[in-house]
Amino acid sequence: MIEINNLHKSYKMGANSLHVLKGLNFSIKEGELVAIMGSSGSGKSTLLNILGMLDEADSGEYTLDGVPIKNLNETKAAKYRNKFLGFIFQSFNLINYKSAMENVALPLYYQKVPRKQREEKAIKYLSQVGLKEWAHHLPNELSGGQKQRVAIARAMAAEPKVLLADEPTGALDSKTSYEVMDLIQKINDDGNTILVVTHEEDIAHMCKRIVHLKDGVIVEDKKVDQVRASQYV
Amino acid sequence: MRFILDRNTWQEIFGSISKNKIRTVITVIGVLWGIFIYIALSGAAKGMDNGFESMFEIIAKNSMFVWAQNTSMPHEGFKTGRQMQLRLGDATMIENRIPEVEFIAPRNVRGFFGSTPPSIGRGNKSGSYPLFGDFPAFTKIAPKKIYDGGRFLNDEDIAQARKVAVIGERAQRELFDKGEEPIGGYIKIDNVYFQVVGVHKFDQSGGFGGDGDIFIPFSTFRKLYNTGDEVGWFSIAAYDDADVVKVEENIINLLKNIHQVHPDDDRAFGSFNLGEQFNKIVGFANGITFLSLIVGIATILAGVIGIGNILLISVKERTKELGVRRALGATPAEVRNQIILESVFLTVIAGIMGIILGAATLALINNLTQNIDFPYTNPTVPIPYVIGALVIMVVLGTLIGLIPAQRAVSIKPIDALREE
Repeated sequence: MIEINNLHKSYKMGANSLHVLKGLNFSIKEGELVAIMGSSGSGKSTLLNILGMLDEADSGEYTLDGVPIKNLNETKAAKYRNKFLGFIFQSFNLINYKSAMENVALPLYYQKVPRKQREEKAIKYLSQVGLKEWAHHLPNELSGGQKQRVAIARAMAAEPKVLLADEPTGALDSKTSYEVMDLIQKINDDGNTILVVTHEEDIAHMCKRIVHLKDGVIVEDKKVDQVRASQYV
Repeated sequence: MRFILDRNTWQEIFGSISKNKIRTVITVIGVLWGIFIYIALSGAAKGMDNGFESMFEIIAKNSMFVWAQNTSMPHEGFKTGRQMQLRLGDATMIENRIPEVEFIAPRNVRGFFGSTPPSIGRGNKSGSYPLFGDFPAFTKIAPKKIYDGGRFLNDEDIAQARKVAVIGERAQRELFDKGEEPIGGYIKIDNVYFQVVGVHKFDQSGGFGGDGDIFIPFSTFRKLYNTGDEVGWFSIAAYDDADVVKVEENIINLLKNIHQVHPDDDRAFGSFNLGEQFNKIVGFANGITFLSLIVGIATILAGVIGIGNILLISVKERTKELGVRRALGATPAEVRNQIILESVFLTVIAGIMGIILGAATLALINNLTQNIDFPYTNPTVPIPYVIGALVIMVVLGTLIGLIPAQRAVSIKPIDALREE
């Protein structure tokens, strides 16, 4: 599903240049649930941004579902993001003047899906995350966990190839974190490919594979026995 | 185009402008005020224009007065300072020799231009009124409204030198009792009895004449005061398509010729050309209209710049939201169009409200000035002006929207999302 070859990325800070990713190689197969771990500054967010086409690598190859991702202009990147990727952010990033349903329907709006179908689909995904009754509530009427579940529904709504989650539990307490992870595991069980960036060990162990980044290189890439989050809920 | 007609687009726009109501309202007020000023000013200018127009429609716009003065140059043995006198024969000459003249009315007066007023009374009532000796043609040049049951002087009155009079409203009020029928009644003018045949309505906007004027046939006046064929002045109307200034010149030259006045003597005959005055006032009104257009458009511009400014701030506030939208697949064009459309939408809504408010204000002013002496009638804003204003608003709204829109898409989604 995702193929990365010798990926380099550096940031220019005035005269200095900061080499963040120093030649990464890995691949993710369909249906995997991968955790990317590392301390801050290890390059995990940069990697996620490149995978999410929000940022571009300096050199190296990136293939997503057989499509080489390179030389993207903003319009093309937007189309690819819309078609291939679902984003889950640490701070949820829901649009605060739109109801839960409208938030979930937003990616479909950019796919030019007609309104009726958009709403039907939004309701379908909201009920999948257990928030059907909250469809018409604004984000500030929801708890943190509920917000993240809405965000997950939104990421799912476009039926992307890969879900990218950037510290999805970073802003949540442990109980809610486990609920969210339980949801992510269930979505993965349905065959969806999910990438989770986290620095929490317990969250990482709820994935099936952990890729450990340190100073821009992969220091460890191992399969783990998945801890089911449902037992903590 | 599909984008503009798409219902979803509008839902997005309503969503984002109703998000911050105060911001929207203040933005709208800026442009609303601009278009309101524009509409109110140009409507008022138009009203004034109409006011002047109706003020002059009473009197033929291409009319003039010609009177006699003193010569200032010796000519053909006459010495300078000779007093000139217009005569009835001059009128015939003018009519015959100058084809552009449509009507010519020789006139005489007592109690006006400094002459001794006639004594006019009825029973023990009396008053002071200017007395005019007139031809029926006079009403062709300066129409008089006559109250029902009455009439103005006619040709028979002239031919038979009838002792009939058309009196003004004030004369009626002062000489007749309340409710008394003036038509057929008699008034005494310098000890001669005259029968009243009509009461003329005083029209304030006429600007000439008064509410006490009494008109009697020219021939009767001549007998009464023994004026022979002397004429006080001529009221002349040229045909609508004639060049009044030229006609005026021709008439003066003809008179100089008849009365043996030096061709270069400018003092012998005086004249006043309404057409020229009218054109000056029209020019003045046009100037006001132009000024109001400039001021109005400048105010609209200020309002639209305000919209741009507020949208710029709102784009800054919404950086993150726009980043999220782009992460979810909004193309830069979609983001840009949305912001421009927000700008245009706000501008147009404000504009329409301003037009309605401006029109209401104009109607109100029109009602309030209905019965006072002010050259202000039917203040309307010509439709092309309104459409022009709307077009200007859409264009300016688009242009000004481009600035925040460009700013919005110039921020990379990754930077937008990072901004906490």
